[in-house]
Amino acid sequence: MSLDKEKIKHVAKLARISVDEAKVDSLTKDLNSIFKFIEQLNELNTDKVEPLTSILNQSLRSRKDEISDGKIREKILKNSPKKNEEFFVVPKVVE
Amino acid sequence: MSKEKFDYFINGEKGKYEVVIGLEVHAQVLSNSKLFSGSSTKFGADPNKQVSLIDSAFPGMLPVINEECVKQAVRTGLGLNAKINNYSVFDRKNYFYADLPQGYQISQYKNPIVGEGKVLLDMPYGSKEIGIERLHLEQDAGKSIHDMDPSSTYVDLNRSGIALMEIVSKPHLRSPDEVNAYIKKLRTIMRYLGTCDGNMQEGSLRADVNVSVRKVGDKNFGTRCEIKNVNSIKFMQMAIEYEANRQVELLEDGKEIDQETRLFDTKKNETRSMRSKEDAHDYRYFPDPDLLPLKLEKKLIDDLKKSLPELPDNKKERFIQEYGLNSYEANVLVSEKEISDYYEEVAKLSDKKLAATWMIGDLFAMLNDKGLNISNSPISAKNFAELVQSIKSGEISGRIAKEVFEIMIKSGDNPKKIIESKGMKQQSDPKELEKIINEILSKNKDKVDQYKAGKEKLFGFFVGQVMKLSGGKANPQLTNEILKKLLKG
Amino acid sequence: MSNITNQSLSEILESIKSKKISSLELTQAYIKNIENAKKLNAFVTTTFDQALENAKKFDNKPNNEQLLSGVPLAVKDLFCTENVKTTAGSNILNNFVPSYESTVTKNLWNNGAFLLGKLNCDEFAMGSSNETSFFGNVINPIGDHLVPGGSSGGSSSALAADLTPATIGTDTGGSIRQPASFTGTVGLKPTYGLCSRWGIVAFASSLDQAGPMTKTVNDCSIMLEAMSGFDEKDSTSINKKKETYSKNLKDNIKGLKIGIPKEYRVDNMPKEIDELWEKGKKILKDLGAHLIDISLPHTKYALPTYYIVAPAEASSNLARYDGVRYGYRSQKGKDLIEMYENTRSEGFGDEVKRRILIGTYVLSSGYYDAYYLKAQKIRQLIKKDFDDSFTKVDAILTPSTPSSAFKIGEKTNDPVSMYLNDIFTVPVNLAGLPALSLPAGLDKKGYPLGLQLIGKALDEQKILNIGYAFEKNCGYKNEIKKWWS
Repeated sequence: MSLDKEKIKHVAKLARISVDEAKVDSLTKDLNSIFKFIEQLNELNTDKVEPLTSILNQSLRSRKDEISDGKIREKILKNSPKKNEEFFVVPKVVE
Repeated sequence: MSKEKFDYFINGEKGKYEVVIGLEVHAQVLSNSKLFSGSSTKFGADPNKQVSLIDSAFPGMLPVINEECVKQAVRTGLGLNAKINNYSVFDRKNYFYADLPQGYQISQYKNPIVGEGKVLLDMPYGSKEIGIERLHLEQDAGKSIHDMDPSSTYVDLNRSGIALMEIVSKPHLRSPDEVNAYIKKLRTIMRYLGTCDGNMQEGSLRADVNVSVRKVGDKNFGTRCEIKNVNSIKFMQMAIEYEANRQVELLEDGKEIDQETRLFDTKKNETRSMRSKEDAHDYRYFPDPDLLPLKLEKKLIDDLKKSLPELPDNKKERFIQEYGLNSYEANVLVSEKEISDYYEEVAKLSDKKLAATWMIGDLFAMLNDKGLNISNSPISAKNFAELVQSIKSGEISGRIAKEVFEIMIKSGDNPKKIIESKGMKQQSDPKELEKIINEILSKNKDKVDQYKAGKEKLFGFFVGQVMKLSGGKANPQLTNEILKKLLKG
Repeated sequence: MSNITNQSLSEILESIKSKKISSLELTQAYIKNIENAKKLNAFVTTTFDQALENAKKFDNKPNNEQLLSGVPLAVKDLFCTENVKTTAGSNILNNFVPSYESTVTKNLWNNGAFLLGKLNCDEFAMGSSNETSFFGNVINPIGDHLVPGGSSGGSSSALAADLTPATIGTDTGGSIRQPASFTGTVGLKPTYGLCSRWGIVAFASSLDQAGPMTKTVNDCSIMLEAMSGFDEKDSTSINKKKETYSKNLKDNIKGLKIGIPKEYRVDNMPKEIDELWEKGKKILKDLGAHLIDISLPHTKYALPTYYIVAPAEASSNLARYDGVRYGYRSQKGKDLIEMYENTRSEGFGDEVKRRILIGTYVLSSGYYDAYYLKAQKIRQLIKKDFDDSFTKVDAILTPSTPSSAFKIGEKTNDPVSMYLNDIFTVPVNLAGLPALSLPAGLDKKGYPLGLQLIGKALDEQKILNIGYAFEKNCGYKNEIKKWWS
């Protein structure tokens, strides 16, 4: 299967990455060569194989229901490119 | 009770349509801290004060699950008579939004913690079973605030990461009334279990509503639309009504219905397409590699099962059997756990049937009037029971009881004390009553003669006079008996 | 004293303990080396003032009971360090200053070490040559035209150039072992779950694992002991008793069974790699180990599987870099969506974007089963290959890489040829196993080559012991001319 430019633009949209029109061709070429490599896997019949969900053979560990975090607004907001005293600020969202 | 017939249909030129509804209810789990972090879940904190590095998705932060949230989901599953899955998996649901810091929501996709279950609804046309498809645990998102600044959106992550249970129904609901009954029933069950407070104003209970229509008799479902995030039963009903009619109109005009996500505009009372959400909705679910599969031990499930409280359906049955209530009374009294607790306390100390009548009548009317609920009722269960007992024993009449009740509301006093101090006790001594009655009969000789001559409706006049003279305290039953006896003589 | 910095970590620790040198003198010596080695571009950030402060503090009140008493260490810039800029080699985190310290680095500091600086790496650890870093490529001290390997290239370069006595890296598909192999140093990727991932900028969560990079096997055991351990903040951390790897280090490997997998002899592999492997086998055999031919039949599928699993996880892990809460935000764009698209397009480099797109695609509707699910099934088969083999052998010996260090720019235009560099290292990550890369010889150009010892899960002690015995009998010595100073 090969990836065309339209498909790549759609995937880029999903990934929220704008793609420079000038770079689409080389990107298409690179991705297709990678997928050609990946598609070696099709040689292998895996119909009867269970997918691996976790490499660790243990159950999920849980924690107690205690309030042990929060109240660090200053630290949370400190690195934000745009904020005020209380909120993160982003360009207007239109719904 | 007389059974009505189900009759929610939409009539078009080309036929009669039924409405098919399925709900995805998002219920906030009652827990102290969030699903994967130790931040508080308390409602109403200052913006971004209940946010940890995990909730705001800083680099290298990792989720660790809250054991209580898992237990709450299992309890809820048990309360919905559902299959508890001892193996479940957390997946990432990937999408971008300003209030979704990770760029994905941790949810459960292929392997939810709870499988199929059911909920029973009491409808005027009989009881109806609504199937539950599944229940899974997931993270809530934060909040985007669009109206604080003309050019920017503000983001508050206090809610980000709070545990939600998404309860997905089968498409078994057929009318706004059934939706109302279903949500209320879910809410009741969860409040009994203590797994969700069901507070819709605070957003603890919200729903996505799937609506489709089809001609009556059709076996196949129509194309459905999903109305996102409706946060009150009233709006759900209005949205369904609007949406079903919109779809019927399209079909009547020979048009197709687009499968899409719609938003209910509460100002215009209509649904509209959310095209912005449509363009790239491909959630790319995959198992969250930061978490392992959740394996529940049988013992944990068994222990939780054993510790479950009595649930509304069972309690209703017991109220009918044990207290001799009718289905309607039992239904009302089990609708909130606190109400049923109050009732049982009253019933222990007084006449069970009379207690039910008085609770459902006067007590609820008063609470409703004052905007109170049972837990902050000005009348304690013990005092209420005494009032009921005073009526039952004939100490006071129903009419006097209403007066006592009014005083109890204001003073919070014990009814015995009120009756004593105000001398409101019913006159039930036959000798005393005879004295009063004789006095009245001797004062109204002419009327006695008329009565004896056949004008029997004067009986009411004599009763009235007795009541007047006794200050309303004469035992009505005894009064009747003695009057009849003396008038005959 | 002048050449204290070319000694091993254990020798340095001895010198500090015996007061032959103060922590301050040691720190100053490294600072001097670092200042003279700017050409290597190994550092993104230096924390000299803080390091000198800490050294003085140590000297005033020396505590020699700790594993890493008084030692300055530079670490890969993928570990979040409290109040010290952490970039992951990316423009998108160019100005990010964490308010927290990763568990692994905190463990190092709790054992008496302190931070010397943050080391360059491939952007988000995606690369095999350290050429994808926003802060420029790193140069291998072996030669000014050579890559140091990647993604922990700043780490391998700094270690080999005596800019830090030991260091730590992260290894998702070979990012510790391949650069160790390219620079003649020792690198260990521990069992998945042995070292906490908390506070490490994530690349692929099911594969990422931090590990030591050192000059000797003994140093490696000291570092592993210091950095590893259960962490309740990481749900994938293994809860087990802490081991004392350095104390238990033994060079007697008589009777151990070493598996030799036939699938690690690939087409077009340079003859010298084969010769090196033969040399390794002979050393182990001479030490009394038994060589056993084994088969890991799905080895050839490991790399394509990896290039589905790792990008898929990365595409999701890197979704949080959206310009809202930290890091770079583009000023272009009229609404939120355009802000995202421009921020991520300008903030990420080409290789990272490429992998995000691969990952997004393999998870997307209609392709999930064909790619992601298929890969998870093959991952199961790869794991099973190892499980089966480890019923027969104690450890497995393979080459670390299919070539020695290559030239800067040589593979940048051909992603697949770049990816092929990790062909021997990737299977181990997919199976979650520990593996140690040891310097074993030089190719005909005089560049270092490494051999890899793969162990059972949590069998670090055994591969360290084999490595320790191997090291004593291999006679490898890094001879690096300090051409840069």
